[in-house]
Amino acid sequence: MNGWILAIAQTILLLLCAPLMTGWVRWVKCKLQSRQGAPPWQPYRDLFKLFKKEVVLAESASPIFRVAPYIVFSATVLAGSIVPMVAIGLPTSAIADVIVLVGFFALGRFFLALAGMDVGTAFGGMGSSREMTIASLAEPAMLMGIFTMAMTVHSTNLASMTRYLLEQPLQLYPSFVFSAMGLLLVAVAETGRIPIDNPATHLELTMVHEAMILEYTGRHLALMEWGAMLKLMIYGILLGDLFLPWGIADNLAPVALLIGLVSVFLKLFLLGISLAIMETGLAKMRFFRTPQYLGLAFILCLLGMLSHVILEIN
Amino acid sequence: MNYAQLPLAEQLILTLAAMILFTSFLLLAQTRIVSLIHTFAWQGVLLFLTTCLMAQSSGRYHLYISAGLTLALKVFFIPWQLRRLVIRLNIRRDIENVGGSSMIMIAGGALVIFSYYVALPIRELSELATRNTIAISLAVILLGMLMLITRRKAVSQVVGFMSMENGLFFAAVVSTYGMPMVVELGIAFDVLVAVILFGIFFFQIKAGIGSLDVDHLNRLHEVD
Amino acid sequence: MALNFVYLAIITALASALLPILFFRSIVATKYISFVLLGISGLSGALGGGMALLGKVDISAELPIGLPWLPCHLHLDPLSGFFLFLVSLIGLVAAIYGPAYVREYQQGPQPLLPLTLFTGLFVAGMDMVMLADDAFSFMIAWELMSVSSYFLVAYQHQNETNRSSAFIYLLMAQIGGLFILLGYGVLAGFSGAFDFASMQAVELSPAWSSLAFVLALIGFGMKAGIVPLHVWLPQAHPVAPSHVSALMSGVMLKVAIYGFIRFVYDLLGNVYWQWGVIVLSIGCVSAILGVLYALMQHDLKRLLAYHSVENIGIIYMGLGLSMIFAGTNHPQLAALGLIAALYHCLNHALFKSLLFLSAGAILQQSHEHDLEKMGGLIKRMPVTAFCFLIGCISISALPPFNGFVSEWLTFQAALQGTILTNHILTALIPIAAAVLALTGALAAACFVKVYGVCFLGLPRSQNCAEATETAFGPQLSQILLAVLCLLFGIFPTWTVSQIDGIAQILLPTGMPTATAHGWLWLTPVSSDVASYGAPMVFLGIGVAWLLVWLWLHPRRKNTKIRTAPAWDCGFGSLNGRMQYTATSFTMPIRRIFRPVWSIEESYQQPEQQSPGGRYQLKVADWAWLKIYQPIGRLLLATARRAALIQGGNIRIYLVYSFFTLLFLLWVVSL
Repeated sequence: MNGWILAIAQTILLLLCAPLMTGWVRWVKCKLQSRQGAPPWQPYRDLFKLFKKEVVLAESASPIFRVAPYIVFSATVLAGSIVPMVAIGLPTSAIADVIVLVGFFALGRFFLALAGMDVGTAFGGMGSSREMTIASLAEPAMLMGIFTMAMTVHSTNLASMTRYLLEQPLQLYPSFVFSAMGLLLVAVAETGRIPIDNPATHLELTMVHEAMILEYTGRHLALMEWGAMLKLMIYGILLGDLFLPWGIADNLAPVALLIGLVSVFLKLFLLGISLAIMETGLAKMRFFRTPQYLGLAFILCLLGMLSHVILEIN
Repeated sequence: MNYAQLPLAEQLILTLAAMILFTSFLLLAQTRIVSLIHTFAWQGVLLFLTTCLMAQSSGRYHLYISAGLTLALKVFFIPWQLRRLVIRLNIRRDIENVGGSSMIMIAGGALVIFSYYVALPIRELSELATRNTIAISLAVILLGMLMLITRRKAVSQVVGFMSMENGLFFAAVVSTYGMPMVVELGIAFDVLVAVILFGIFFFQIKAGIGSLDVDHLNRLHEVD
Repeated sequence: MALNFVYLAIITALASALLPILFFRSIVATKYISFVLLGISGLSGALGGGMALLGKVDISAELPIGLPWLPCHLHLDPLSGFFLFLVSLIGLVAAIYGPAYVREYQQGPQPLLPLTLFTGLFVAGMDMVMLADDAFSFMIAWELMSVSSYFLVAYQHQNETNRSSAFIYLLMAQIGGLFILLGYGVLAGFSGAFDFASMQAVELSPAWSSLAFVLALIGFGMKAGIVPLHVWLPQAHPVAPSHVSALMSGVMLKVAIYGFIRFVYDLLGNVYWQWGVIVLSIGCVSAILGVLYALMQHDLKRLLAYHSVENIGIIYMGLGLSMIFAGTNHPQLAALGLIAALYHCLNHALFKSLLFLSAGAILQQSHEHDLEKMGGLIKRMPVTAFCFLIGCISISALPPFNGFVSEWLTFQAALQGTILTNHILTALIPIAAAVLALTGALAAACFVKVYGVCFLGLPRSQNCAEATETAFGPQLSQILLAVLCLLFGIFPTWTVSQIDGIAQILLPTGMPTATAHGWLWLTPVSSDVASYGAPMVFLGIGVAWLLVWLWLHPRRKNTKIRTAPAWDCGFGSLNGRMQYTATSFTMPIRRIFRPVWSIEESYQQPEQQSPGGRYQLKVADWAWLKIYQPIGRLLLATARRAALIQGGNIRIYLVYSFFTLLFLLWVVSL
């Protein structure tokens, strides 16, 4: 029972802190670009404002348009509940493994793309088309990276994968190094950051994610934006806790939980800074260069798998 | 022997071996000539680090000399010469269109698996902890050869040839603690001379047929 | 008991074919008698098959019909029961769908009677294939199935393309049947008798065993639709009436899988891992090429037909993994692969039939079959749209529906490849898993395109702007299938424990650990390795949705919803022509994977001062251009050479007879 309460509390914590992560990345980017910038809690203000606003629906919108934000948000929240954020041994981690996690994101993306096509404008169609293309190229890379780690750990359960590195003395696995690099590239593509997609753009022809939610207003837009922030936070936690798991709580003692909380915030803090540096230093790629980028991610993960087979097993 | 039981230094060597393979893949896909030379230099740096680590963990200090030679030649001198050559030939900003790069990458992956398959019986002969890297070094050699086949510009082919030699050196270091010093020095000087000769030849070719695209050398055949 | 239900199913299917002949003057009587009897056949077949599977029965029977020395052997075991359940369930659904759908053929140029006659024979043939226990009855039932489906494909024979599609279908079905017969011949040659029991008992040398395997692979593969033997599929399935397409795509392909599994696992018995590698690679190639070709289609039914090729590829991948594990002495993991493949058979039957039935409903109501002319149908046909959405989500392998479970099981089976001692295989299997992931993601992209272009947005033609919802029968059949898709997605553990019975009879063991933790958790190898709590996922999404909705609901009083025109950059007057079309949606993928198709693109510049131009895109199948057309040309050229014998001149024929007589005299004198 304790575990379930903790799992729900962790999910709510994830929900509440997701806008802070996005705000932090934006703030660091502003500082790097020598701008004043809004404070890191600006996304909270944006969400409050949106929830209070009136919803304007397009005349050609269908029930899918109204239902999609809820499904996208629910799928992402469920994904967040199985990710080990503060503690590992929670019962929710047995509900789904990492492949199901990928499936949750795919479900959210499916409805997001449908919502983009729903209104009957060219912008939404373009966003949906681009998003599904990027997703289909990112999936093999992500799966190969996950598989490489699962081959070493002999499990796809997120708790087992996190626990594996934790239980051993300091090791250096070339397969993990390559998977980390590949999954980092894939995470940037999936969360729609530079160099794949610019989350701050106002030019419709450069949009991927923004084009699909172009018609959304009010609380629907708030749910979509919050879902995107959640996705970024979940990917950050996954990368941090899978590859650098030290600090995460292995039992439910209060001290361990506190250390886990502090360590995950530290990891997200550092990941946010590195993401901001990457976004400031790189420019958004032309859309038809993303296959090469994702091909690079796949080669990295493939090399990880090959180095596991060639170098790590006897 | 379980991977987890290896000391950290050996794990680091294996990781560096995998990164050398990664630089070979990067060399296959690079289109800009200057980036190609820089990637080749990075491959040399990784090779230098690996040799130093091998020297330290096995206690064979003559490997430090090989490492120093690698650093001097493959990281500094040869890339510097190639860069000078490229600037003097006025092809610095050239971009080479690698046709079918996805197929080349897939072929590269298949070559890695093939070299693993070939190296399996050889693995049994060595007792070093780093014997798994024999397959990696063979793969680096084969990827260098693949680069020679798929590239059209002569400078890219030279870099491919150099990376083949990198692979050979790497194979020697990890499987047998390096080659005898005489052989080592001989190979190093041969490579040096080759680079200088390449430079001279490239000027002649460019003056003769006006470009360094090796497909244009087709004009040198008997029957039309 | 179970066998009696199956007998009833076959008899009522035959009755549904033959009885309406007596009433051929009354179209209404023909229609209702045949569909009601077909429904009864489906119901009793599903009951019989289900009882056989759940009860793990093993009944044999012998009927006195057949050849004098070879009576008709029948055998019902869980494997037959499972596939019988599939066939009959979809038959039942098609029977519910049928009456309203064939209304449009009642006024048509061709009579209704051949349709009902051959549908009944088709279903009866499929049922008999499942029961057959000797090669002779198997081949008779197989040919009955193929030939009656030929007549169904050629039903609307007034159209020239329909006739040629039906011809290709018949040709390839016959060639496939020949290969299957040769495979049985190899086994019968060594066992001396044609019944399956004696074929099971005999041991073949590896070379002969592999020959039989290759013959069965090609023969059953031609019917299943693996690449490159798939060219008949996208031509034949769109042409048949929609409930027949659902039957063909949903269950006839599964009958081929049944035949393959029966031949390799049951009759050959000793599986070699090299066979598994071949089957796995064929599966990978079929899956990826199937989905890529499907992406480029904009005829709705042709697109669905190519997706069948993709899903058969996924089933073959599961079978290949299973064979690799069986050949390297890991029977439990072989069971996992087999269970994944069988589960995907079930899922594919359900969601592909659902999609074809919905496509038929769209076709009937809007008279459009081209995606580029559809749009906005969700407002006109809400029930069809909802069921089609469920089908799209299922086929894209998204949780919590059924397609996801079988793909997850296939991934888990692939992951266990690390246990193999052959490290080359350990390196190749994750690459196959990556291909499966790519396939799944591309399938999702394709169905976003289909659903978005077809149902969402603005109508692109007047027909679609005026379409209405179908009658009650089609609606009911679609809802039934959609509910089953959801149920088989939420309760995978129960399903896996039932399918496990099949693995227990084909391989030495089943997969007991899969259901070891109760009905809530699906744990293929152990709970540490992977677990999936499907009911909780469904509950979780539902609870999260409910909570968010409840939290936001009170705010609706303050924030009413207002409708306004969509954002059009200030230009105004958005119409259906300004949206993304199906072709434009897939343009990035077409550009990235260009070498896979044979593409001809042409753009004609407009004359001066007039807007637009003419853009034409032709995407063709390489297999057709590079393999079948050359073979066809070669055959025709050889036939033309051989036709020279027929000189037409009577003296030449007398010369032939004269020389034959001389030759025979010489032979006799030896």
